[in-house]
Amino acid sequence: MYAIRVENLTREFEGLVAVDHISFNVESGEIFGLLGPNGAGKTTTINILCTLLKPTSGYAEVAGFDVVEEKDRVRENIGVVFQELALDEKLTGRENLEFHAMMYGLRGEERRKKVEEVLGLVELYDKADMLVEKYSGGMKRRLEIARGFIHNPQVLFLDEPTLGLDAQTRRHIWDYIKELNRKYGMTIIITTHYMEEADYLCDRVAIIDNGKIIAMDTPQRLKDILGGDVITVEVEGDVERLLQCLKRQEWIKDTKRRDGFLDLTVEKGERRIPELINLSQKIGVNISYISLHKPSLEDVFIHFTGRSIREEEGEKNIRRGRKGFRR
Amino acid sequence: MKSIEWVAIYVLWLREMKRFVRAKSRVVGMLGMPLFFLVFMGLGFSNIPGLPGDIDYIHFLVPGIIGMGLLFTSVFAGLSVLWDKEFGFLKEIMVAPVSRLSIVLGRTAGNATTALIQGILILAISAIMGFRPNGIVGLGLAVVFMLLIATTFIGLGLIFASNMEDMHGFSLIMNFVIFPIFFLSGALFPIENLPEWIIKICYVNPLTYGVDGLRGALVGVSSFPIAVDILLSTVFSIVMVLLGAYFFKKSESV
Ligand SMILES: Nc1ncnc2c1ncn2[C@@H]1O[C@H](COP(=O)(O)OP(=O)(O)OP(=O)(O)O)[C@@H](O)[C@H]1O
Ligand SMILES: [Mg+2]
Repeated sequence: MYAIRVENLTREFEGLVAVDHISFNVESGEIFGLLGPNGAGKTTTINILCTLLKPTSGYAEVAGFDVVEEKDRVRENIGVVFQELALDEKLTGRENLEFHAMMYGLRGEERRKKVEEVLGLVELYDKADMLVEKYSGGMKRRLEIARGFIHNPQVLFLDEPTLGLDAQTRRHIWDYIKELNRKYGMTIIITTHYMEEADYLCDRVAIIDNGKIIAMDTPQRLKDILGGDVITVEVEGDVERLLQCLKRQEWIKDTKRRDGFLDLTVEKGERRIPELINLSQKIGVNISYISLHKPSLEDVFIHFTGRSIREEEGEKNIRRGRKGFRR
Repeated sequence: MKSIEWVAIYVLWLREMKRFVRAKSRVVGMLGMPLFFLVFMGLGFSNIPGLPGDIDYIHFLVPGIIGMGLLFTSVFAGLSVLWDKEFGFLKEIMVAPVSRLSIVLGRTAGNATTALIQGILILAISAIMGFRPNGIVGLGLAVVFMLLIATTFIGLGLIFASNMEDMHGFSLIMNFVIFPIFFLSGALFPIENLPEWIIKICYVNPLTYGVDGLRGALVGVSSFPIAVDILLSTVFSIVMVLLGAYFFKKSESV
């Protein structure tokens, strides 16, 4: 059964097409990633799926319910952690959780137990009775994640859950996410523009750019599109001679020459380096530099768009800083 | 799904109460303007011509000042949806599986309670200034009018908030809606003294009946029969809250 079905979903804002005829399905129990640069349309997609925005056209279904016609049923079955903070900072952490749990129909003892349980899971037990305005950014994020799943939703949406957090906190949050998926079988949709995050967490990833899905598969298969690892070498001496020799090796899938360097596409690069060195010595060409690059989802993005996601990241941090990051 | 969920209404009411208790400066701040008017008008004019019955000015003024305090607090409370939007919390409320009507009713209940507390505080302070209300039944009736005034203008604030992107239009609303409503309600002086065409405007102003009702309840003089005041205030209150709910439901929250 599909937890989410999306068909030709489109949303325009005054002429700007933020989400452009996207289609995908997410299976129950999957961790599905939407990976893309700023303004790609990730948040807009999430907002449509969690009933806050109307699609301009197309169809979407969450937990078996139409996001336009059956909003209430959809809402009963989802948990959402928004990109921007959505906590009441004048309440304590525990009050935020309690109020949320009440809204979702948890009662009495069950609610009390659940609140304790999630506070423990995100390690906020000690800070539970502090006003949220006194929390650090990472603590607020953890509280929001706890709130997102306290009512045991079938589908959990996480919109850039680790944006702006330090590496350690980010690791922690990844662990919670994996745990939720494993322990409760929760379907999780996560948006991110961090490659490592998508790679580490997601069963499948859709790469989205300018409102369109440009590739969708498991992280491994996406990377396989690139054909393998890239070994880069620099030589002292006759480059041409080495190149001709390498072109005859059937384990080398592709060779590319660029200003003094040779890029060689191979599988299992780390096992081929010794062989490469032997080979060049045999024909009397000296290798002076060698490096191995394993493909990342970043390379996949570049492969499809000719641009890097990272280029745009700096710009985003500046924007965030001005707005007073995560009020 | 039911359209009125009591738990959700209770949660939203409780949230307002907690915030109210924790924001002491806000409470004092909102009492400031009414008290300022009360003290300077009350002490400045001991008598003005045309007061109904044989009451002095302070007894005429206090119900008007309570109405004023309720008006400002309530419109502002209705507009507070925009703060929740600004601080992101609105989204958390909007994805909850509860009807939009329950959300509006919960907020209104919370805000009306806060407004009522302020109205009662103003009443208590005016007692120090020599104001004597008309017995316990009158006080009970006054509470009813306070709630009707509060819900009416919370509804009005919500109508504005639902049609605004952010707080930028706030001063427009202040100058072209709230102040005219205040001055054309008979809160500070009897409307009977005004030119005919202005009196007509006063007649379609919800606050006119609220203040008149408060005056009838608290000091025993009023321009309209108190039953008329109750009836019209109730109608205004229901219409405003429902309109508020309608526009709130229609607006996109992101
Ligand atoms: N309410 C809105 N009104 C007008 N344009 C909007 C609105 N919301 C989003 N957009 C536009 O739609 C496009 C997609 O925005 P969206 O927020 O979905 O991107 P995103 O992938 O989430 O980006 P980010 O990584 O910065 O969060 C952007 O060009 C944005 O400016
Ligand atoms: Mg986004």
